[in-house]
Amino acid sequence: MTGMGAGLRRFLIGLPFVWLGVFFLLPLAIVAAISFAESADAIPPFKLDWTLANYRALCTGCLSVYTSSLALAALATVLCLLTGYPVAFAIARAPGVWRQLLLFLVMLPFWTSFLIRVYAWIAILQPSGLINRVLLASGLIEQPLPLLYNAFSVTLGLVYSYLPFMILPLYGSLSRLDESLIEAAADLGAPPRRVFLDVILPLSLPGVAAGCLLVFIPAIGEFVIPDLLGGPGTLMVGKMLWQEFFDNVDWPAAAAIAMALIVLLTLPLLVAQRFLEREVRRDRAP
Amino acid sequence: MALLQIIGASKRFGAVTAVDRVSLSIERGEFFALLGPSGCGKTTLLRLIAGFETPNEGRIVIDGADVTAVPPYARPVNMMFQSYALFPHLDVAGNIAFGLKQEGMARPRRAARVEEMLALVQMTGFAKRRPHELSGGQKQRVALARALAKMPKLLLLDEPLAALDRKLREETRLELTGIQERVGTTFLVVTHDQEEALGLASRIAVMNRGQLVQIGTPADIYERPGSRLVADFVGAVNLFDGTLVAGVDRLALQVAGIEAPLPLLASRDVAVGSAAALAVRPEKMRLSSARPEGFALPVTIVSVGYQGGHSTVHLTTTSGRSLRAHLPSEASLGLARGTTVWVSWSPPDAVVLTE
Repeated sequence: MTGMGAGLRRFLIGLPFVWLGVFFLLPLAIVAAISFAESADAIPPFKLDWTLANYRALCTGCLSVYTSSLALAALATVLCLLTGYPVAFAIARAPGVWRQLLLFLVMLPFWTSFLIRVYAWIAILQPSGLINRVLLASGLIEQPLPLLYNAFSVTLGLVYSYLPFMILPLYGSLSRLDESLIEAAADLGAPPRRVFLDVILPLSLPGVAAGCLLVFIPAIGEFVIPDLLGGPGTLMVGKMLWQEFFDNVDWPAAAAIAMALIVLLTLPLLVAQRFLEREVRRDRAP
Repeated sequence: MALLQIIGASKRFGAVTAVDRVSLSIERGEFFALLGPSGCGKTTLLRLIAGFETPNEGRIVIDGADVTAVPPYARPVNMMFQSYALFPHLDVAGNIAFGLKQEGMARPRRAARVEEMLALVQMTGFAKRRPHELSGGQKQRVALARALAKMPKLLLLDEPLAALDRKLREETRLELTGIQERVGTTFLVVTHDQEEALGLASRIAVMNRGQLVQIGTPADIYERPGSRLVADFVGAVNLFDGTLVAGVDRLALQVAGIEAPLPLLASRDVAVGSAAALAVRPEKMRLSSARPEGFALPVTIVSVGYQGGHSTVHLTTTSGRSLRAHLPSEASLGLARGTTVWVSWSPPDAVVLTE
């Protein structure tokens, strides 16, 4: 390797690290620093300090927001898993041509802006929206159902938006499943239900873990969906952060909210990573 | 009564008939081999017996019960897969106990059976290993133990030795025969390897294009093949195609390029003038430098291939037909390339084939 080549290599490898350092690590450090600062009537609106007051306020004031965020994200994740698993399973077992088409359909919503698709749900769910009008016209209901601006619409929005992120990793692990393992289980006396519980499900756990992470983590910090589809009763962390930062101009409080969320999300990630690494090692072994 | 009866079973995939009106009976305690080239339908036949495929026509009866419509999990057969299909998320003990667990066997009995099975395949002490920590030969043993753990009436083995290297294959072949004798289970093995079939089985069915061509003991199949196809597929053979003619005191075969008709012993009704073939195994060929008495062909030695115990001698007749002979190595020492010798065989060693 010549001096030039080594230099070029160092540059190419270093570039993304510099990028991450400048645009990710540094801002994160700044946010962390602000989370310990004191709110002030100035520009920027804080005074650097080392106080835990913001975190203390978080523990007393906003704990319920975290728990409701966690609960909503967890519910959305479970619903995504329950709806996504059969879909992924069906796609993985479909004949070749169909498989490509069905996968394409799963990814098709990405062709339209996420924001527009969430807005579309407003048109569907609102009191004078599609669902209510059909139900009223058919005489099934006399009053429009309260479908919008509540926990129902937020959960629906989360499940709708994040379902592909559940289906794709599940499909990945289910399509790699060796057909002869399923036959071997049946041959050894397992009826279809037991084949699923004893062989298919355990072998698809890496996909389940990856799908749950891909849904749960963005869902818990989601801002757009609760903002557009949620009501006053459905306060999620992302929305609270926005309010503290823009409406109350309390940067230190917003920074503390963000830091607490990052810590909260790192734990399940670490656990999942351990699990996935073990699975990958097992898969790659000869 | 036969343990397994296949009665006129056919299986079609679209326009392809994989199994074509096959009828077969296998007795209790047999070590039966289905032998045929790849794509002949032998694996499909095995899958019909296991229940992974349903026949378009015909019935499958195991131990007197018609199982044609019975799903695989309710059939009294177990299968050892060519890929072994060990469950990667379970250890060796978990794999062997899988079928017992489905049966609802209590844990202590299950553990005892697993130990027994591990001892049977000489894998005691490997209970806690995961499949990816095992060598090919060890995986094969675990797969066998798993398939035998439920004590099936019939064990199906799909190319059981194909994934092993040559030396291991020989050892495993012996072991497999030993295990079959000890447990007494009926084994049905599918293979494309004629050596494997001859070495393992007590009876062989040769299959081609979805149909059974010949059923018999290994000696039957090898010494008395019923058709050119069987003679050619099972072992090496020298085939002479020709027309039957009346010889001096019996029938003979007139072959293009060979002056004197080849003498033969017709074991069945064959008519003068009909087409037939004569099959002579290479080890039945005798070489001599002086013209022997009776029938003999002059040939030229093309090459002598030393193979340890025996040598393969390639010969060519005056008209350019290639022949091969297997000789004990010490008998081939004096043979030089290019020399002309006489090849002969005793007529009972040549098999007349009319199909």
